[in-house]
Amino acid sequence: MTEPRPTDPARPDPGAPAALSQLDGPPAGRRHSALPAHRSGEAREVDDRWLRAERSGGVYDVAVVGAGPAGLSAAVTAAEQGLRVALVDAGAQPGGQFWRHPDEGAAWPDEGRGQHGWRRFTRLRDRLGRLIGGGRVEAFAERQVWFVEERAAVWHLHLTTTHAAVETPAPRLVRATSLVLCPGGYDRQLPVPGWDLPGVMTAGGVQALLKAHRSVAGRRAVVAGTGPFLLPVAEGLAAAGAEVLAVCEANSVTGWGRSPLGAVSVPGKGLEALEYAGALLRHRVPFRQRTALTRVHGEGSVTGATLSRLDRTGRVRPDVPPQRVEVDLVAFGWGFTPSLELVSAVGATTRVDVDESLVAWVDPNQRTDVPRVYAAGEVTGVGGAVLAAGEGELAGLTLALDHGVPVAGSRIEALQRGVRRHRRFAAAMHRAHPVPQRWAEWLTDETMLCRCEEVTVGAVAEVRDVLGAGDARTAKMLARPGMGRCQGRVCGFATAKLTACGRSLETTDLAPLAKRPFTAPVSLGELATTGEGED
Amino acid sequence: MNDPIAMTLDGRTLTARPGQSVGAALTDAGVRSWRTTRGGQPRGLFCGIGVCFDCLITVDGRPGQRACLVPARAGLVLETAPASPSPDPGHQRRDDRDD
Repeated sequence: MTEPRPTDPARPDPGAPAALSQLDGPPAGRRHSALPAHRSGEAREVDDRWLRAERSGGVYDVAVVGAGPAGLSAAVTAAEQGLRVALVDAGAQPGGQFWRHPDEGAAWPDEGRGQHGWRRFTRLRDRLGRLIGGGRVEAFAERQVWFVEERAAVWHLHLTTTHAAVETPAPRLVRATSLVLCPGGYDRQLPVPGWDLPGVMTAGGVQALLKAHRSVAGRRAVVAGTGPFLLPVAEGLAAAGAEVLAVCEANSVTGWGRSPLGAVSVPGKGLEALEYAGALLRHRVPFRQRTALTRVHGEGSVTGATLSRLDRTGRVRPDVPPQRVEVDLVAFGWGFTPSLELVSAVGATTRVDVDESLVAWVDPNQRTDVPRVYAAGEVTGVGGAVLAAGEGELAGLTLALDHGVPVAGSRIEALQRGVRRHRRFAAAMHRAHPVPQRWAEWLTDETMLCRCEEVTVGAVAEVRDVLGAGDARTAKMLARPGMGRCQGRVCGFATAKLTACGRSLETTDLAPLAKRPFTAPVSLGELATTGEGED
Repeated sequence: MNDPIAMTLDGRTLTARPGQSVGAALTDAGVRSWRTTRGGQPRGLFCGIGVCFDCLITVDGRPGQRACLVPARAGLVLETAPASPSPDPGHQRRDDRDD
């Protein structure tokens, strides 16, 4: 399906002796910033590299979007196979959300604290560092793709910086023959009354503060939602000194019995869960199954929460009195939503995964159905870092194959087996941790649904019931949920569920929400000058 | 090496550790919100990773910056956004609800 393409047109300038002399890379154990932030101290080296990228104006063999487990693996693998790679990421340093860690330039002690698979990451980072030093990979940090287009069989990625203080805004355009989309995802959210109070955060946001900034988002916390990710967040909070009153898991762990073969397909994951369970015991954090945080209380910020027992359908049990707790932090996570805007923008086919997330369709080699576009990681189905890294490596090898580089079939087959195994595990996880069927009954008409445009559940229910808006897109046009700055990333899933009235979500419910004319916010000034200076 | 960094929030001193984000520094200082929606509701960190745009703040006069992504630096002047519609040029958001 994907035409093999020669790599030659995009070969890097071979006359770069300074770069080639660094091919051996830094000595083992030396710290270096692989996606270097352009900050004091390291600015000189970084600027040179960027200026070169800007001047070269060439077409890379591959542009990889995202430097998390999938993107890092894809970029490193493809570059080691001889392709010239551009790596674009919103973070200041590689790792993505999973391996988010303290600023490497600030020399924090113990940078791997709270991490899983940290050695896997540092090995990838070392390889990336060597490839950057050798001029095989050029990294563009603190950048988001705001527009992607194909012109004359070359992908054009228009970049914007993630904040105004990025010191080296150029280049604003990266061109590449092939594209690997590894944008990852973010916490899926369900609104409950009071969830828009300050002090309510996503579980991933709480985790990011701990891992990257060593900041503890609150002193007394409840971690609530569903899925195994709640455990490391609670453990991280407790280890950092917060009092975690409870982990509220809306489902029951017996749900793993729904897919026994899937549950045992990755034994290491079971051990990991046991480790967390042990850690929660040590910190005396109660793990409450079939319990949901159904209401957040407070004026101006969180002061309390209501914990309710659920029946099998997700309805609050009338026979068990709800418990009111005093907290200053609530961390919510209902699984993850993959970032689909780039997949949607290139026109690749999507599907709905077991967890009702919209994901990219890929073939067994991580190719999407759009020529020269590949996808790996959460964007092809939420499944965790090990799966993502495997998919990334597979995508990197497939890229090499498609660019005419011979790759051993056995290596590809081994990766494919690993991916299938982890997929089965992910499916078992999703079946065990669904969004409770009757969660919408926890809400009131006044509950905020769209935090940006401040659209209430009642407003959406009205257009659904009175005007017949039976899908999220129609509701969005009539009542404006998802029209604000986040473009429905936070409320999109909930809006789709509310308008679907209990039926399973389909591609047609979710795909229109993933279509975003601009895939990241961009200033009018940047828009006005787009195309200037291009050849 | 990890000497604290001094910034200001609406004129008041705020410290951060090198490598922290503005949002993390605000969190450590016990500041939970620094923006008000058009509906008058307070907002601070929510997603913490640049997705939700709840944590917008004015940094050195540039409005609409995501506090969770902006690195703390010595001398940064941070301002809480006014309650009125934000004048930032950053996005396709319409400030007029009735259009």
